Amino acid sequence: MPKATNTDDSDDGIQIDLISGERMDELATMEKIRMILDGVHDGNIVILEEGLTPDEESKLIETTMAEINPDGFNGIEIETYPKSETRESSLLGRIMGNEETAAKLTVIGPANRIETLHKDETLISALVSRN
Amino acid sequence: MGLFTELKDSISRVTDRLFSEQEPKRIGIYGPPNAGKTTLANRIARDWTGDAIGTESHIPHETRRARRKENVEIERNGKSVTIDIVDTPGVTTKVDYEEFTDEMDEDDAIRRSREATEGVAEAMHWLREDVDGVIYVLDSAEDPITQVNTMLIGIIESRDLPVLIFANKIDLEDSSVKRIEDAFPQHKTIPLSAKEGENMDEVYESIAEYFG
Repeated sequence: MPKATNTDDSDDGIQIDLISGERMDELATMEKIRMILDGVHDGNIVILEEGLTPDEESKLIETTMAEINPDGFNGIEIETYPKSETRESSLLGRIMGNEETAAKLTVIGPANRIETLHKDETLISALVSRN
Repeated sequence: MGLFTELKDSISRVTDRLFSEQEPKRIGIYGPPNAGKTTLANRIARDWTGDAIGTESHIPHETRRARRKENVEIERNGKSVTIDIVDTPGVTTKVDYEEFTDEMDEDDAIRRSREATEGVAEAMHWLREDVDGVIYVLDSAEDPITQVNTMLIGIIESRDLPVLIFANKIDLEDSSVKRIEDAFPQHKTIPLSAKEGENMDEVYESIAEYFG
């Protein structure tokens, strides 16, 4: 599978990786986390169409902590739309065993380059700096 | 009451006692940095055992290792529960050593940030593997709708762990318990000031009732 990589022009701008739910579905937990953190280490903004499960989020925090380095990487900024209660508890969802669906748009970036300005149930507004 | 019911209740009481004597429930105190987790853990431990658990500080990430106080027996209104209190480092997704350089020199700030990251990872590991219930502590003077709070409550819910939300620091002028109740309406919220000891009766009643 091709990896999202920085182009030669990356110093001139900010790369945004929009990753589909379909692509994430093919990956194991650590592959997902690696894909996210590799992108963030490169200074990219990673947008996940369908987010992560709570367990994956827990492992993302743990792995992020292990990679924080006073010389450069301060961690991540992450924002997710709140889960829809109606979707979570829908009868169909429960019948299909989808109670823990992670279908929530998630934005992840380097903590020193992305700052959340505003967030509500329908909008995430972020300021992304170049350094 | 029939003989069978009496026998069943008697067996249930014995097994409950055996279970509680053998394995006190481990209750993790979780929350973001500077919510007052260690102040609360110390308040509970001092009230019921006479000892403190850890050092309190206004500087974030004072607690950088999970610490357990074993066999804390809490009794309220005829209900009793024996728990191990696990005071955990505040959870975050970022740690910048420069946050600490106003309070200490650069080497100490770097060391503190390294220990803080290890502490957060440790806290997450405890949450996934080793706690039976959670007290989630929030600073009621701060906005509770943050990504860390949302993620952590989601992680706790996904593991089916019982959780009580403690709206701490109600002694502060900007405190708003309602803001926390509105943010997490699916959980019981108890207002308190761990520092001033306000509303601790309700705190202990809730712990004995909920985790007992």
